[in-house]
Amino acid sequence: MSNVGIVIVSHSPKVAEGAADMVRQMVGDDVPLAWAGGNGAGGLGTDFAEIAAAIERAWSEAGVAILVDLGGAETNSEMAVEALPDDKRAKVVICNAPIVEGAVIAATEASGGAPLHVVRRTAEELSP
Amino acid sequence: MFDAALRKRLLSAAAQTIVAHTDELTALDSAIGDGDHGFNMKRGFEAVQGSADAFAAMSAPEMLKAAGMKLVTTVGGASGPLYGTLLMSLGKALPEAPTRAEAVEAFAKAIEAVKARGKSDVGQKTLLDVLAPTLAALQAGADSAAVAQTARQAAEATAPLRAIRGRASFLGERSIGHVDPGARSACLLIAALCEVWSEYA
Repeated sequence: MSNVGIVIVSHSPKVAEGAADMVRQMVGDDVPLAWAGGNGAGGLGTDFAEIAAAIERAWSEAGVAILVDLGGAETNSEMAVEALPDDKRAKVVICNAPIVEGAVIAATEASGGAPLHVVRRTAEELSP
Repeated sequence: MFDAALRKRLLSAAAQTIVAHTDELTALDSAIGDGDHGFNMKRGFEAVQGSADAFAAMSAPEMLKAAGMKLVTTVGGASGPLYGTLLMSLGKALPEAPTRAEAVEAFAKAIEAVKARGKSDVGQKTLLDVLAPTLAALQAGADSAAVAQTARQAAEATAPLRAIRGRASFLGERSIGHVDPGARSACLLIAALCEVWSEYA
């Protein structure tokens, strides 16, 4: 698929999955979408390997925009992005935006074929 | 001699002190954070302990990189990337057989990497408030006991600070009066490593 992919990373699998459900309702299958949530041991937290896998699932040649909630979601996502091969790393961004609203608006923008930097900017316009 | 046996003792000492203080770290984090620091660190360091033989068989730089990656993949909280970055950066900066000066210089680089990873700096009530004074003590030529003492005092000194980074920052003024859990875990690790090192040195 040529549309930008969206990855949602929350400490809570329920939040991540629920945000992904809202994105699907808006854009259907027009946008590659994946989520990662929880610490891998059934608790709240974020998991480096799960985030890396989610980036793979949502992969698009147009790039991937990641939406995160709190601290560890961002730092673990940064590490997952840095672990990507050079050619892929350049096509992944972490958006400074509220996770639910950011995911929905980023996906809506992506579904119209917008390039990665526009998808990111649109999501980040939500942050004061 | 800085051999595999000593490397394994250092890894084990780090894991043991975290496991022994899990409840304390959890209590500190429950006061000003999300209460997961103890369990997250325990999970990560038990995983490191589980691979201690394989890690200790590596050179010191490779061991640090492998242990750091293990923490990143198992801790599951913000402390995973922070401690993982510390160890991996230390491994990258360390020569195979470093002099003391080279080791201290590598530690300084690793601390800079943690600052970049956490977008944080000294004075913001984080593990950096222990790492930076520890580095200063090492640079000043302090022995193991003095380094451990510096780390302990530095951790205590985070109590009056107001958190600027991490979950504790949401509490604002209410974060004042509590020792930072990341500073406490850093001090525990440094004290445990210093104790093993003092027997070696």
